[in-house]
Amino acid sequence: MKHQQPSLDLSPKTGDSIAKTTCYMCACRCGVDVHLKDGRVAYIEGNRDHPVNKGVLCAKGSAGIMQVTAPSRLRAPLRRVGPRGSGQFEEISWDDALATATGWMAPLRAHAPEKLAFFTGRDQSQSLTSWWAQQFGTPNYAAHGGFCSVNMAAAGIYTMGGAFWEFGQPDWDRTKLLLIFGVAEDHDSNPIKIGLGRLKARGARVVGINPIRSGYNAVADDWIGITPGSDGLLILSLIHCLLQAGKIDLDYLARFTNAPVLVNEDPASPECGLFLRDAAGKPLVIDRATGQPVAYDAPGILPDLAHGLRRAGITHRPVFQLLAERYLDPAHAPEAVAERCGIPARRIHALAAELARVAFDEAIEINQPWTDFRGVRHEKMVGRPVAMHAMRGISAHSNGFQTARALHVLQILLGTVETPGGFRFKPPYPKPPEAHPKPHATATPGQPLKGPHLGYPLGPEHLALTPEGTPARIDKAFSWENPLSAHGLMHMVIANAHAGDPYRIDTLFLYMANMAWNSSMGTGRVIEMLTDTDPETGEYVIPRIIYSDAYASEMVAYADLILPDTTYLERHDCISMLDRPISEADAAADAIRWPVVAPDRPGHEGVRGFQSVLIDLGARLGLPGFVTADGSPAYADYADYIQRHERRPGIGPLMGFRGDGTQTGRGAPNAEQIARYIGNGGFFTHHIPEAAQYFKPWNTAYQDWAVDLGLYDSPQPYVFNLYLEPLRRFQLAAEGHGAQQPPDHLRDRIRATMDPLPIWYPPLGDALSEQAAFPLHALTQRPMAMYHSWGSQNAWLRQIHGHNPLYVPTNIWQDHGFAQGDWARVSSPHGTITVPVAHMAALNPNTVWTWNAIGKRKGAWALAPDAPEATKGFLLNHLIHELLPARGDGHRWSNSDPITGQAAWFDLRVRIEKAPAPAEVQPNFPPLRSPWPITQR
Amino acid sequence: MTSLPTHTDRKLGLVIDLDTCVGCHACVIACKGWNTEHYGAPLSDQDAYGAAPSGTFLNRVHSYEITPEAGPAQLVHFPKSCLHCEDAPCVTVCPTGASYKRVEDGIVLVNEADCIGCGLCAWACPYGAREMDLTARVMKKCTLCIDRIYNENLPEQDRMPACVRTCPSGARHFGDLGDPDSDVSQLVASRGGFDLMPDLGTRPVNKYLPPRPKDQWDDTDILAPFLEPVAQTPQGFLGWLDRALERL
Repeated sequence: MKHQQPSLDLSPKTGDSIAKTTCYMCACRCGVDVHLKDGRVAYIEGNRDHPVNKGVLCAKGSAGIMQVTAPSRLRAPLRRVGPRGSGQFEEISWDDALATATGWMAPLRAHAPEKLAFFTGRDQSQSLTSWWAQQFGTPNYAAHGGFCSVNMAAAGIYTMGGAFWEFGQPDWDRTKLLLIFGVAEDHDSNPIKIGLGRLKARGARVVGINPIRSGYNAVADDWIGITPGSDGLLILSLIHCLLQAGKIDLDYLARFTNAPVLVNEDPASPECGLFLRDAAGKPLVIDRATGQPVAYDAPGILPDLAHGLRRAGITHRPVFQLLAERYLDPAHAPEAVAERCGIPARRIHALAAELARVAFDEAIEINQPWTDFRGVRHEKMVGRPVAMHAMRGISAHSNGFQTARALHVLQILLGTVETPGGFRFKPPYPKPPEAHPKPHATATPGQPLKGPHLGYPLGPEHLALTPEGTPARIDKAFSWENPLSAHGLMHMVIANAHAGDPYRIDTLFLYMANMAWNSSMGTGRVIEMLTDTDPETGEYVIPRIIYSDAYASEMVAYADLILPDTTYLERHDCISMLDRPISEADAAADAIRWPVVAPDRPGHEGVRGFQSVLIDLGARLGLPGFVTADGSPAYADYADYIQRHERRPGIGPLMGFRGDGTQTGRGAPNAEQIARYIGNGGFFTHHIPEAAQYFKPWNTAYQDWAVDLGLYDSPQPYVFNLYLEPLRRFQLAAEGHGAQQPPDHLRDRIRATMDPLPIWYPPLGDALSEQAAFPLHALTQRPMAMYHSWGSQNAWLRQIHGHNPLYVPTNIWQDHGFAQGDWARVSSPHGTITVPVAHMAALNPNTVWTWNAIGKRKGAWALAPDAPEATKGFLLNHLIHELLPARGDGHRWSNSDPITGQAAWFDLRVRIEKAPAPAEVQPNFPPLRSPWPITQR
Repeated sequence: MTSLPTHTDRKLGLVIDLDTCVGCHACVIACKGWNTEHYGAPLSDQDAYGAAPSGTFLNRVHSYEITPEAGPAQLVHFPKSCLHCEDAPCVTVCPTGASYKRVEDGIVLVNEADCIGCGLCAWACPYGAREMDLTARVMKKCTLCIDRIYNENLPEQDRMPACVRTCPSGARHFGDLGDPDSDVSQLVASRGGFDLMPDLGTRPVNKYLPPRPKDQWDDTDILAPFLEPVAQTPQGFLGWLDRALERL
């Protein structure tokens, strides 16, 4: 047949209109162009103008089109009519639902506000949800950071006033060497991919430090397949090598860190290990010009690192000397740590040498004068083009806080934080721990809490304890068990409420958190706790559970009242400077979501945005701020709140288009604000001037800019905490000093772990003798095409990841004689699962792993009961416990970081055996009944 | 059987950088979304929420492990779609003329009106790049987003395939591989771009850029001077420190 071509229309119409909003297929908050056709979503692509994703979009984002049509979407408020877990519900009206919730909550507020526990999962509206909980008066509020990445966040804030992801980013345009520690597809998604692409295009080097060589680590130039939990050892060894070679930025350390601050070294002093301060309480340093002690921020000084001070018979030495002494110790030499890290010593030397070479031989200079907080003018911006990024591989261990601290100390010693080519903060960061609130936890019937729930304690006096010294919060956050639990401990709420330890609660109010499945440590036990009854009353031990979600997740089946949320394309939201904005290193930025399609659920009562429902509940409960003087609702809905709420005079949820529409940051509410955001592509950007782009914590130009914008009300310069004095204050208490004293059984652990200079200790579970029986580390990673449990209901994404094998390294694969298609029994001290295995060579030889949250319970997410997610997909959660195995000392120790309470998911140790293939993964739970009949497409 | 054109004016195609592809599947889903809504029959899904979900995709990402003789194993992500071959066996095998290669730009397309769903082209394609849509019963394949690349209803900067526009790591490039001066040709030349399975004689237009060498550690002496100790004892270190501070 001869060549023939039909004529094609090469310029077909592509749709009716494009609506620009913000993605929510993960927590990355990219800008999306939603193409609409005949009133429905026809295509989603990245918004080219958007600061986060600059036009690109990941698989999840593009698949959002299938999320708004997913059969798993909830359709109406539900009241449970059968036993918990039966899935028997009746549809009720919104009036009924809201009256029921109010009827449960109002008496609690009047008599015992702490009996309401309100915890939110993947919440992007924490400035509203926390304020609501504060006005309600319960101390029991947090989002999910405690089981997510609080080690990373808290170590970053305490050490340098900001951490990775939302707090800061590599200087993608200038860095020449990037180290990524424990990074999979956690945070953030597209910016890391964009950044890696740019680094590759420039020929910059990327080193991946991760037990698993997938994703970003697969494209890294070099892979270091470290043994899980040993990153801190590696980092401290790198510090050892750099110190020994003098490859540290002394000028930076002297000027911008607490390296020169004088420390009391008298072991007999109740202030041993604390800073020498002046009458105003400012830490003292020696001025190198005069040799005299002066306040660290005295104008014009150059602080000394080499000389101490003897005063009143007490020796004081600069932090830097303590640090050098600590890490020059041969115990930190590569040869001493190599085996435990699973990395040859010569490789550690080579990595340290490469850090030294790039930092000092390839230094960057920008001809941009700037003035620091001591009034010293610098003619240039000098940078050391080494950047680092880290995530859960570091933070989800019980030594994660100190490991993250060690990483930041490494960055700081090299002079790479807030300098060109290094790591850069994003507004509203930098922000030191002192500028954050302190925890508030005293409940008073009928009254709001006196301040925010969460914060950054600087010493034992800031803990959230009752007058008797017991934990004030249901999750025991800010107690001696985990003093710096800045994000709360959501993973302990159900266990503690069930145990009545520290007390019983009445109503558990959860938002978007799948605690009956993939978000719990020990899923089966948590399900038992949710369904357990008090033998005396026959009532559930956790009497009432209210849950809001957009989809028929596993958690829905275990709640008593369901408040159905909208999907992300049907709602208002603000991604706010008061909360977790979308800023970049060179600009402050915030964003909105708005309903680009109507939340239609034909034939049903319909769904409402959770934040609007919360505002409605606040008004019904008469919470201060949610009602006007005459008791009527203060806000019509969330959109109204976004535009009119003022947290401080002139400061509201959105910074753009304030007042008459021309004011930024500060200004009166503007009734046209959301419309202006929509017209601007769904976001607002406010650029940082050139002179303020780097050295932000110390740069007067940045500080003044931040005050103008309303990030704070006066300049807040500070120095980085190589030495973290608040930790020493807790150690002093454990040593018997001070009014607030820990329980005796915690003294040794506090002294051992809360070292003011970063340390490494084995993951706490490893200390147990029975770990010898569980020789392998077991990890999860989030796939790039799925976000937690949300993706499985998505018809396109589940075709990419419909089930998950356990990946096994070559040596284990061969030792056990595994073959393709085999199954294995995997055991931990807490349970056994039987799952499919697959071979992976690019893997640490002591590690097995699988994809996170692919496994689903039968009947959930509107999937068929025989969906592969339920028959071949599985969770490692069944092998994990929120407590460590009993040690016979009368205490049950939490499986968390002892400093922050971060859930130690990645401390998991297992053993593996070949097993006959069962019909489906084990354990397998009875199917859940879907709230509505599942209609297949 | 169907003839190929004797020449094409341009050779539009993709250059896919295997050094940079992180395997995120963004291209897979952007393609699915665009082509479900545009050009011909939608890309259907079967049993979308059931036990064996399967749908039509014009682009899929595979991952392969490589175990070099020395050094650790590597993982390569490999996106695969129609390569728009110059000697496209899928065209010549077509009994109805439905499969054809465009003279203007070399894009291989299926004229769905003439496609009888016989599947011969999918058998003929050595790359497995064509998929029969089980709902429409017509053969689907990458169109290089022919309804985007010339589309005057789109902003000029968006006139590129959906997969290229969305790729977060910038691993996908689009252009005229018949023009040696084009950006894509230059990229192929500078990075050693290669044909997929050249021995088959299909002369694919799409090119792949190989992963750069990995794990090239020089564990020996080149970097040693960077770690030359400044002192042997703690006292010596303090002495060095004092001298170094004097130089600031």
